[in-house]
Amino acid sequence: MTTFIATIEHVVKGPVWGCQDCGQCVLHSTGMTCPMNCPKTLRNGPCGGVRENGHCEVKPEMKCVWLKAYDRTQDWPLPSTWKAEYNHLRPPVDNRLKGTSSWKNFFTKRDRWTPPGWKNSTDESIASGVEI
Amino acid sequence: MSTMEHKLTNTNEMVFTAEFHSLDGNGLEKAKKYADRMRGWFDGVNATDNTAAHAHASNVATAIAIKQLGLEPIMQIVCRDKNRLAQQADIMGASMFGVENFVALTGDDVTAGDEPEARRVFDLDGPQLVRLMNTIKRGEYMSGRKIDPAPQMFIGAVENPGAPPFEYRVERVAKKYAAGAKFLQLQICYHQDRLERFCAGVKDAGLAGKIAIIPSVVLVKGPRPLNFMHNSVPGIDVPAEQIARVESASDPAEAAYLQTLEFAQHALLQPGVRGLHITDFRNDETLERLMTDLGRVRQISTTEVKDDHAYSA
Ligand code: SF4
Repeated sequence: MTTFIATIEHVVKGPVWGCQDCGQCVLHSTGMTCPMNCPKTLRNGPCGGVRENGHCEVKPEMKCVWLKAYDRTQDWPLPSTWKAEYNHLRPPVDNRLKGTSSWKNFFTKRDRWTPPGWKNSTDESIASGVEI
Repeated sequence: MSTMEHKLTNTNEMVFTAEFHSLDGNGLEKAKKYADRMRGWFDGVNATDNTAAHAHASNVATAIAIKQLGLEPIMQIVCRDKNRLAQQADIMGASMFGVENFVALTGDDVTAGDEPEARRVFDLDGPQLVRLMNTIKRGEYMSGRKIDPAPQMFIGAVENPGAPPFEYRVERVAKKYAAGAKFLQLQICYHQDRLERFCAGVKDAGLAGKIAIIPSVVLVKGPRPLNFMHNSVPGIDVPAEQIARVESASDPAEAAYLQTLEFAQHALLQPGVRGLHITDFRNDETLERLMTDLGRVRQISTTEVKDDHAYSA
């Protein structure tokens, strides 16, 4: 059953969003742009190598995934709750989920698991630090 | 507490940092020369991590060498070459030797280097690495396993104010700040308007005074490195008039120096800017000249300077 769902998901999301089967989908928060298509698989915004024409450092023929994500988040009629998540700090990829169905992981909340050290470092705990 | 952390948190002083040269053969000998040249001018020097995706002596070894030579290292960690386990090991290893300043960056892609066939890692991205550093600083590994005592750390990140999407660069700063970055070394930017816009944006976002902005300048000898950066380094655009200005000058070396000085002075005036980062490709007396022209006084007695002559790397 699990494999079946993963296959359906792949067939649907693969051609449309270029899904890379990371198993922890963040498409809604990135203007429906899969960050795993960034050659550096960055999940939190563009690297410093974006070219003057907005194309990718690694693949000059491709528009930077994060420029696409940014434009679409601004321009597309997506739910505001999704747009609001655009600047959230997305946690590191859980490599164990590769190839599994993110739909299933979403419903089981498995995709929201983060390592304890990561979880304990809340933004609040950091922001309350010393000011520069 | 590192000098950088002290100055940025407890004083209003500007901090000056510089890029340490990458080390290859006879590394320790060369490190001594570089360190003597930089001694007394800088609050921290960057131990780079396989710059431009070329292998060199490691960031950890370089940071320790810098520390042992009496300067304060800022250890860069890129995301390209190592996974999160190795990155944590490097932080812990370096902190064993008293390295306190750390700076997280994504890193150039492997295709920018001389071994483009290598596997790229990018297990974490830049902001995630900042938060990992902060996790260690709090006394935990990523797994939650305790580190007692927690290492002393001062954490920074890098941003490029000169690459699109410009507005979004500021949002990235907010993200890195929330992840735990206290300072931000900027990549070199030859568009003054872009730097102005970036710094104004950081200020408007309420982050000036919360994260210390440290723009970069590069000392070059003539138009060639400017052309190289423009044509071959993704993310760096050098306007034609800036290249022409050096190219058409009767003394290109002098024109290049004056250009750098002008960019340095301009950068230091922007809101939220708390210092300057200098990369020195010239290997001549202009490093000293620049610092002097910026009103800096070397914090060292002349007898301590063993080898202050120009040398070739
Ligand atoms: S330019 Fe954009 S798509 Fe290319 S590696 Fe950098 S962030 Fe990823």
